[in-house]
Amino acid sequence: MKHFNRTVTVLVFIFLYIPMIVLGVASFNSGTDIASFKGFTLGQYVNLFRDRSLLALLGNSLIIAVLSTLIATVMGTMAAVGIHNMNGRLRRAVMALTDIPMTNPDIVTGVALALLFAFTGTMLRINSILGFWTLLIAHITFNLPYVILNVMPKLKQMDRDLVEAALDLGCTPFQAFYKVVIHEIMPGILAGALMAFTMSLDDFVISYFVTGSSFITLPVEIYNYTKKPIPPKIYALFTLMFLVILVLMIAMNLLQLRSSKNARHERVQRRARA
Amino acid sequence: MSEELIRLSDLTVTFEDGETILDHINLYIRNKEFLTLLGPSGCGKTTTLRIIGGFLTPTSGDVFFNGKRINDVPPYERTINTVFQKYALFPHLDVYDNIAFGLRLAKLSEDEVDERVTQMLEIVSLKGFENRNVSSLSGGQQQRVAIARALVNRPQVLLLDEPLGALDLRLRKDMQNELKSIQQQTGITFVYVTHDQEEALSMSDIVVVMDKGKIQQIGTPQDIYNEPKNAFVADFIGESNILDGVMLEDCLVKFFGRKFVCVDKGFEKDEPVDVVIRPEDVDIVPAEEGHLSGTVTSVTFKGVHYDTIVDFKGFKWLIQTTDFYPVGSFIGIRLNPEDIHIMHKSEYSGLYGDYSSYSAEYDEIADAAEDGEDEE
Repeated sequence: MKHFNRTVTVLVFIFLYIPMIVLGVASFNSGTDIASFKGFTLGQYVNLFRDRSLLALLGNSLIIAVLSTLIATVMGTMAAVGIHNMNGRLRRAVMALTDIPMTNPDIVTGVALALLFAFTGTMLRINSILGFWTLLIAHITFNLPYVILNVMPKLKQMDRDLVEAALDLGCTPFQAFYKVVIHEIMPGILAGALMAFTMSLDDFVISYFVTGSSFITLPVEIYNYTKKPIPPKIYALFTLMFLVILVLMIAMNLLQLRSSKNARHERVQRRARA
Repeated sequence: MSEELIRLSDLTVTFEDGETILDHINLYIRNKEFLTLLGPSGCGKTTTLRIIGGFLTPTSGDVFFNGKRINDVPPYERTINTVFQKYALFPHLDVYDNIAFGLRLAKLSEDEVDERVTQMLEIVSLKGFENRNVSSLSGGQQQRVAIARALVNRPQVLLLDEPLGALDLRLRKDMQNELKSIQQQTGITFVYVTHDQEEALSMSDIVVVMDKGKIQQIGTPQDIYNEPKNAFVADFIGESNILDGVMLEDCLVKFFGRKFVCVDKGFEKDEPVDVVIRPEDVDIVPAEEGHLSGTVTSVTFKGVHYDTIVDFKGFKWLIQTTDFYPVGSFIGIRLNPEDIHIMHKSEYSGLYGDYSSYSAEYDEIADAAEDGEDEE
């Protein structure tokens, strides 16, 4: 049984990571045929960084990812604090509503948003409303639940007396938030922001429906390549993106590990005191 | 020690589900006084403290501070500071910054902040701990930081919510003395919440005994101990044998079929009363010389005295004596008039003061139950 489990685990990892390894290998292939490895080259990476239009698209993706992450993080944190201060039954109801958009298929969210924007465009008599702003709003929308979901547990873990202690010592409720509460929930905010950033950076489905030709992100552009032979520099680009996301994910896990270690440390101390 | 600083007028707190937490509380607190709210878990003492601190608005009734109604004044505008039960130190700040927190909010110059924090560190004997992370401190040290953080703002009133509850016995005794001397040095009014009657008696100028959201008695520690108002107070403060009796006339009470001379007056003729006899006031004599005689059923050595349980015709008394009487011995007791305290009957009559179910662990069990429950 033990051997079986181990074998399955190894197989799962192979299935998960083989495509990425193939992609990585292909990005260093000097030949154009993916079926055979002709020799090692960094040429594709050079080509990639010479392609100004592709880099511009990457820039677009980054702008949208950074802006939507920033706005969603601020809004999501405020929302989490608001939800946290609600009474029990209302809080559970709101949290359930917050979770639904995350499980909703992207394509449904995308079409729904596209319809909403089309409707709004008609109302405002704007011909081509789809573009930068609609894309940004869409990304903020689907990023929000991830931020809330990461901040809520930190608020729950926080000693409620801390807020009262801050008020007691002269903080207004707003000061209590930025002088005390925010420090307590920072690991949750950062984890939420990281998750939002990666979600935004690689989103294709929703973006495809809510942007127009005036503002294209990298994933949307790359979708067009699937209809014709993919230029090998794209392999290089994907390999880089994969590595960036991998690094962000590892950073996020380390962050969570550290904060749970702190929590455990505090628990041990508390028990020792009791 | 005379002018009134805080007045609670007809305070009531009722939760949405109809549960009454505070039931018409009336209380005034004088300037520079050490006042203790004493009672079991859920008696409303912490709720009362939270109302004074501004963290809770009463359902009805008013809070006055220096004669001004402060029901709607938020905590950050009250010249009152709190020492929280679990300290509530800010984990992201070191000891120095925790203590300086309130001063910096008050926009004092860094020079003055430094002067006052340093002075306060000395008062609570934490010199040299300035840059320590608060989570690296022991419970007693965290407690001192919490006290320093509140006192450094020189509040008019300091609220303390079971501040010594998490400390071990030895440390608790030391901190009791320290708190009392800090209070006397600074002349700040202390409102102290505890369920520990010994703590309340040894530290306070005034003790307010509470139960079920009501004030049962207000008085000096001596008053509360010597003249308990009802069976609840008599039982909660120290140990008491509480018996049914009838007040025949002024200074004459009948119980166990015998008349006893006492010192209490002002009762109705033949009024049924509760008679309190403190275990340490009873004199043990040979059986034939006693007012009453009974059989020893249990003896526990307590260090300074023996807890001796004596059966008088089915009613068991607790007697604390330095002499040892073995189980089974037949003894007599004598009661002096001043050892007998008479109380009016109350809703608590018959609930307390019988040691029939006595076990050697009675106080430990009671303490454990106290500690296990959380207020509210």
